[in-house]
Amino acid sequence: MAVPKRRTSKSRRDKRRTHWVLNAPATNPCPKCAKPRLPHRVCPHCGYYKDNQVLEVKES
Amino acid sequence: MRHRKTGRKLGRTAAHRRALKRNLAEAIFRHERVKTTLAKAKEIRPYVEKLITLSRRDTVHARRMFARDIQDRKLIQRVFSEIGPRYQNRPGGYTRVLKLGTRHGDGAEMAIIELVERSPVIEAERST
Ligand SMILES: [Zn+2]
Repeated sequence: MAVPKRRTSKSRRDKRRTHWVLNAPATNPCPKCAKPRLPHRVCPHCGYYKDNQVLEVKES
Repeated sequence: MRHRKTGRKLGRTAAHRRALKRNLAEAIFRHERVKTTLAKAKEIRPYVEKLITLSRRDTVHARRMFARDIQDRKLIQRVFSEIGPRYQNRPGGYTRVLKLGTRHGDGAEMAIIELVERSPVIEAERST
């Protein structure tokens, strides 16, 4: 059965992990309230989407 | 292979899926705006649109076709008298899906599905 000949060194292991990165989701400023908002979504801050189309009242 | 197989299973059996579609369609006719997951909204849209298209022509036949899916007689009356006439001149596209972002708990993408021209009466009820 195939089996590792050498234990993976810390260096090699860590180098492999250099590509394990998370990127922040792309956001755009909301045209209404200017807070960051995911594209093509209703703004969670002001509840607007496109032409002043008000949706869902904000609580608190 | 799933080549050219359309439609989502939504983790349900065929019967459960059919019931879900009917329930959601009923909710849309009643409230004109419904919040669900994006997957359900997208799945329900063509189904609701076909029902609305039926309701544009008020004949006994159309009502019976409609009643195959929605049995509530009062609701059928309301759809045929209020919703159908509203869309006489609209060639489809009676509904709109708005994305809301992800839900806490399972991270499901949420959406609102609503009728394009909503009744002012129902809108007023909502705001009170
Ligand atoms: Zn905003």
